[in-house]
Amino acid sequence: MAPVLEVSGLNTVFHTRRGLVRAVQDVSFSVEAGETLAIVGESGCGKTITALSLMRLIPQPPGEIVSGSVKVDGTDLLRLDDRTMRQMRGGKIAMIFQEPMTALNPLMTVGKQIAEMVMLHDGLPKAAAKNRAVEMLQMVRIPEPARRAKEYPHQMSGGMRQRAMIAMALACKPKVLVADEPTTALDVTIQAQILDLIGDLQREFGTAVLLITHDLGVVAETAQRVVVMYAGRKVEEGSVSDLFARPLHPYLRGLLGSIPRLGSARGLALSPDERLREIPGMVPALSDLPPGCAFAPRCAQADAKCHAQIPPFEAKQANHFAACWQA
Amino acid sequence: MSDIGYYARRYPLGVAGAIIMTLFVLAAIFAGVVAPLDPFTTNAKASLAGPSGVYWMGADMMGRDVLSRLIHGARVSLAVALGATMIGSGVGAAVGLACGYVGGWFDLLVQRVTEIMQALPLLVMALVITASLGPSLRNTIIAIAIPLIPTVARVIRSNVLSLRELPFVEAARATGMSEWRVAIVHVLPNTLAPLIVLATAQLGSTILTEASLSFLGLGVPEPYPSWGRMLSESAAEYVRTAPWLVIYPGLAISLIVFGSNLMGDALRDALDPRQRD
Amino acid sequence: MLAYLIRRLLLMVVTLLGVSIAIFLLLRIVPGNIADILLDSAGMIDPAEKAKIVTDLGLDLPLPVQYWHWLSGLFHGDLGYSYVSEKPVIEEILPRIPITARLAGLALTFAICAGVPLGVISAVRQNTKLDYFLRILSLSGLSMPAFWLGLLILMACVKWFGSIPIYDRAPATFGAWLAMLAIPAASVGFRSSALIMRLTRSSMLEVLRQDFVRTAKSKGLSDTAVTYDHALRNAVLPVITTIGVETAFLFGGLIVTETVFNIPGVARFLVEAIRWRDYPMVQNLVMFIAIVVVTVNLIVDLLYMVVDPRIRLGA
Repeated sequence: MAPVLEVSGLNTVFHTRRGLVRAVQDVSFSVEAGETLAIVGESGCGKTITALSLMRLIPQPPGEIVSGSVKVDGTDLLRLDDRTMRQMRGGKIAMIFQEPMTALNPLMTVGKQIAEMVMLHDGLPKAAAKNRAVEMLQMVRIPEPARRAKEYPHQMSGGMRQRAMIAMALACKPKVLVADEPTTALDVTIQAQILDLIGDLQREFGTAVLLITHDLGVVAETAQRVVVMYAGRKVEEGSVSDLFARPLHPYLRGLLGSIPRLGSARGLALSPDERLREIPGMVPALSDLPPGCAFAPRCAQADAKCHAQIPPFEAKQANHFAACWQA
Repeated sequence: MSDIGYYARRYPLGVAGAIIMTLFVLAAIFAGVVAPLDPFTTNAKASLAGPSGVYWMGADMMGRDVLSRLIHGARVSLAVALGATMIGSGVGAAVGLACGYVGGWFDLLVQRVTEIMQALPLLVMALVITASLGPSLRNTIIAIAIPLIPTVARVIRSNVLSLRELPFVEAARATGMSEWRVAIVHVLPNTLAPLIVLATAQLGSTILTEASLSFLGLGVPEPYPSWGRMLSESAAEYVRTAPWLVIYPGLAISLIVFGSNLMGDALRDALDPRQRD
Repeated sequence: MLAYLIRRLLLMVVTLLGVSIAIFLLLRIVPGNIADILLDSAGMIDPAEKAKIVTDLGLDLPLPVQYWHWLSGLFHGDLGYSYVSEKPVIEEILPRIPITARLAGLALTFAICAGVPLGVISAVRQNTKLDYFLRILSLSGLSMPAFWLGLLILMACVKWFGSIPIYDRAPATFGAWLAMLAIPAASVGFRSSALIMRLTRSSMLEVLRQDFVRTAKSKGLSDTAVTYDHALRNAVLPVITTIGVETAFLFGGLIVTETVFNIPGVARFLVEAIRWRDYPMVQNLVMFIAIVVVTVNLIVDLLYMVVDPRIRLGA
């Protein structure tokens, strides 16, 4: 089956006062219909910039997509004129944002915000678009959808707003859904509901989902495949089971090590091994990357080669890729 | 000192404003040296003389040199602006600090008084105060300073209220420092940035208010040459016959206010990051 | 909502009472009483005459009683008599109100119609040459005294048309009104439009940075739809609140502009009353101005509540 979303060789830079910042370097991945691919990494690793690059929503200037291609159903978004790109946005590729509090227009009813999009892409008349908005709200399991459609965002809870956001994103049945930290701002109980909802709707519509998150727990629950990013580059890619069972890159091992496990926190005195391991050091500034592997300064296994040369991204096992000299 | 180059590049308009203001300040300080002629000497023969080699910007009805009067007028304008802004900001800051600290009935009372004062336009209040005190340089300064107080007090009050909750202030209090010492040592210095921004922003409007008062004949009286009054003396009848009497004083007012506005904007950008575009 | 309205109205009454006390006292801390001033200016020093004036004007009564007389008069529409014209104050003030109201309305309309769109353009084209030009234009608008701009316009009229558009008698038709007031309104409204433009620009820039604008773009809306359907409404809200402040601001400009263009409105009348030391007139005019400012502020706040669903429907 041909992938619905195919990103290859994506490079996004920012022209800043302190020089050129390479926020996304040579990132490639693909997602099939009905599949969920997660992009994982700490904040500042370039995952959100990747998502915004796909939507072509990078503020320009200072940002610029230098090279690469983003194909949705075979159409390269980066080569489209603005007008055609607008038809793709929302129509073929839609996005959910992290902050449901601020991502909706406070002065427009939720129903209208959904209807506006349906009118634009599906050419429905106003009344039909309003009906579709109510249907969509029902689909995301908002009780009393007809009444809620007439409400403003501030009248809804955070979880309900995120549902409305999902309803809006899926209203035109896009091929690809980009979800940028969709549950980060929500309570834990609501998080699970929202993730389930995205999963159910994905199955129903056959949407390809690109999930951007820093939460490995969310990844384990929802994604089939994972891309790990560090300092703007891919450092590891593979199926969820492979990556969790046999992490190759020391960075991913560090990330997995820093998740507290139930049981280990019992008792006050922890043995040094049991103590929550954290990765020493800080994410390097993208404007000032080391010459070799960007993770080398924080890596316990790094040797001279790691500090000197950037490791190639290559298959280390079947369908399991990593960029590391030591793996 | 290498900072100057940095600021010049970062805030070119602000630096331009500072240069304009500096020129006016220098003109005011050295008015006696810079002015080509005596601003008070009348000369019946030169009455309404147009711009010439002797009277660069022409002469007024009484034959006094317009340029020299403008240069000396900078003294009045700046004295009123600085005096009023300093009094207004000083009293306003003290009142605002007291409101934030004493709270309770005092705060309520001040807020009511603030509302009362804000029900009247600045110029109206200044007019009524001069009407009550009588026109003089000192009274003009007072009349313009009083309406500034509530605005400053309001900003400083809200600033103090939020500062009081900050960890470093809590910490100072926890070490057993007295409330007043905390206020003077920790809170006051931190209100300085917004106070400077506000004061600079008000400089322009104080100059304009002085000019308006003088234009209406209720500002700084003779013999001080005031830009606003130069315009009122010349007003409608000279529009036809002696345009230089209208153009130059207005240009001086506009330029100095423009300079202070440029400077105020840049200061706000530099010191108050919340309001940055 | 109703409770809020009642609270606001009560506070408004308190504020206005405060203004009345303040202005009453302010006009009486003048050394010597009004009779002295009147007699001085008239050049009469007859003690009997003076005593009669003092009694006539009630100046021999204790201050609280004088204040009470004025205040109770205010509620009956009896504002006392002008010292100068000896006509009832109300007869002097009332006919001047429509003139100033028209001028102010025209100036405000001009200020909003020019200020809001230019502010939006300036924000959307941030850091372009057009933006710099508009910013410098608005800053010069804030720097020019309104009376000077008026005088410059008069000069231009003399140069190009050979005549000065000075108010001589009340125009008969609406069109004539408009023609008569357009130039003064532009000269007083320029400063307000500059202010509105600056506020709109910074508010618009703030809104354009917000998340929901990105959401709107991600929906595939055109830049125009994002700017006008989504961003503008949000950006205009804070500008509305400042229109209240703006009225107070505008009044200062009206005072000098009416003087320059010789328009017999309320604003110029205040200056005349102060020059003539006609204190009953000053006192009542100031009250009138305060009532207008406070009422406009109330209307603006109510308008804001209607426009912003977060306040209308509770957050």
